[in-house]
Amino acid sequence: MKNHVQWESSLFELIRRTSVDLPCDIEQGLRRACKTEKKASRARWVMETLLANVQKARDLDAPLCQDTGSLIFYFQVPVGFDTNALVSATRLAVARATRLGYLRQNTIDSVSGAACQTNVAYGAPTFYFEQCARGTVDVRLLMKGGGCENVGKQYSLPDESLGAGRDLEGVRRCVLDAVVSAQGNGCAPGILGVCIGGDRATGYECSKSQFLRKLDDKSPVKILARLEDRLMKEAKALEIGPMGLGGNTALLGVKIGSMSRVPASFFVTVSYMCWAFRRRGALLTARGGFQKWLY
Amino acid sequence: MALLKARRLDYPFIPEQVEALRAGQFVLVSGLVYTARDRIHKYLFDGGKSPVDLKNSALYHCGPVVIRKDAGWVVRAAGPTTSLREEPYLPRIVKEHGIRVIMGKGSMGKVTEGACKAGGCVYLHAVGGAAQVLAEKVVAVKGLYFGEEFGLAEAMWVLELKDFPAIVAIDSKGRNLLRRVKSASLRMGRKLMKSSDPFIP
Repeated sequence: MKNHVQWESSLFELIRRTSVDLPCDIEQGLRRACKTEKKASRARWVMETLLANVQKARDLDAPLCQDTGSLIFYFQVPVGFDTNALVSATRLAVARATRLGYLRQNTIDSVSGAACQTNVAYGAPTFYFEQCARGTVDVRLLMKGGGCENVGKQYSLPDESLGAGRDLEGVRRCVLDAVVSAQGNGCAPGILGVCIGGDRATGYECSKSQFLRKLDDKSPVKILARLEDRLMKEAKALEIGPMGLGGNTALLGVKIGSMSRVPASFFVTVSYMCWAFRRRGALLTARGGFQKWLY
Repeated sequence: MALLKARRLDYPFIPEQVEALRAGQFVLVSGLVYTARDRIHKYLFDGGKSPVDLKNSALYHCGPVVIRKDAGWVVRAAGPTTSLREEPYLPRIVKEHGIRVIMGKGSMGKVTEGACKAGGCVYLHAVGGAAQVLAEKVVAVKGLYFGEEFGLAEAMWVLELKDFPAIVAIDSKGRNLLRRVKSASLRMGRKLMKSSDPFIP
């Protein structure tokens, strides 16, 4: 790949921006939610603190949250594009962002326990590639912290304890259970990505890819859009509130997708993303130049 | 910010003052605190020696983003991490080291309630993810221990705070604010599941 420097610099800018600048759709969601909380309540205090934090991170050009998370890159590249070179440019960008304090040294060797200085290691960052009939490169980045990753859940239906059968009512029960079990521990108010179907691995993949959707969109599948709406209302009724301290806002959004499954398996997978919803994207030219921001 | 009445908690912490706090109250913490997360907790639990005297002090569950500047350190981002992971270690550490204040985020269970009751200790809940608002409350980095062994995110940092805001989540009587919220949500969750209005396409 030519223009290695150009690629590295565009990808670095994507990482920097993802770490310090909350996307507009999420910030608006926080603002709307803040207004629903009673003045001088704990919930209102939390929401106001979150909004102040968003502004401060932007102004100071510093990470929104100290847990800069797992980095998940989604690339759509032109047919025949050299993805190996893209991987190496991304790794350089990640190492630089770590050196400059946009990312925490956040990568641990699972066997030795050693901390990695650069955040570049086996399995870090994560890459997904897809080819598409376009001349540009579409890159999206999720930075997902460990606190919210830990509250994700996968269900295998039927689930007797929830009375959840292999239908959408069963899915509704699973999601409700996931919200109740998560409480505020994933840094509520969060956003749920749900996948109906798939296998144990693809279920989680698909549930996380729901986070690439805009907060205010609706599922194009009508029945899923209805389920999303209903779950939002029910989550509010749980009165878990921001950080689990009580209040109206446990969730900012629910995004449901689906995959096919084998007859014997029926998984419902729920991923939780914290309020510090670090997701950005950019359209780059085939030479790595910046074309436009997504989101 | 329109706010609840704030109580002050200044280091060195006075036991009677800590014990007077009640679950649900809003506090502003100032003075020295020690960061400790998974590695430090396991180390102390396994009988490792603390490099500082922790009696009547605060452990802050936090792994900050810190970078070197000149001869010292600058905090780029610092907020609480999930405290529940440290729960199994807490009773022994609170008892053996005389910890009076635990700071972190997220719900904690009976084990922590017991540790707080036994040790006259409180668990303070800070706002998760608010790493800039809270980093601003760190006015100085006073020291670093175990940086080499455990990495900078897992190290024990000595931080000086000024007016660090938090909610008392568990008080020294073992009263637990988040447990109350959780119990109510469990009841409501069961009700919603039993609903006579199942979701039908």
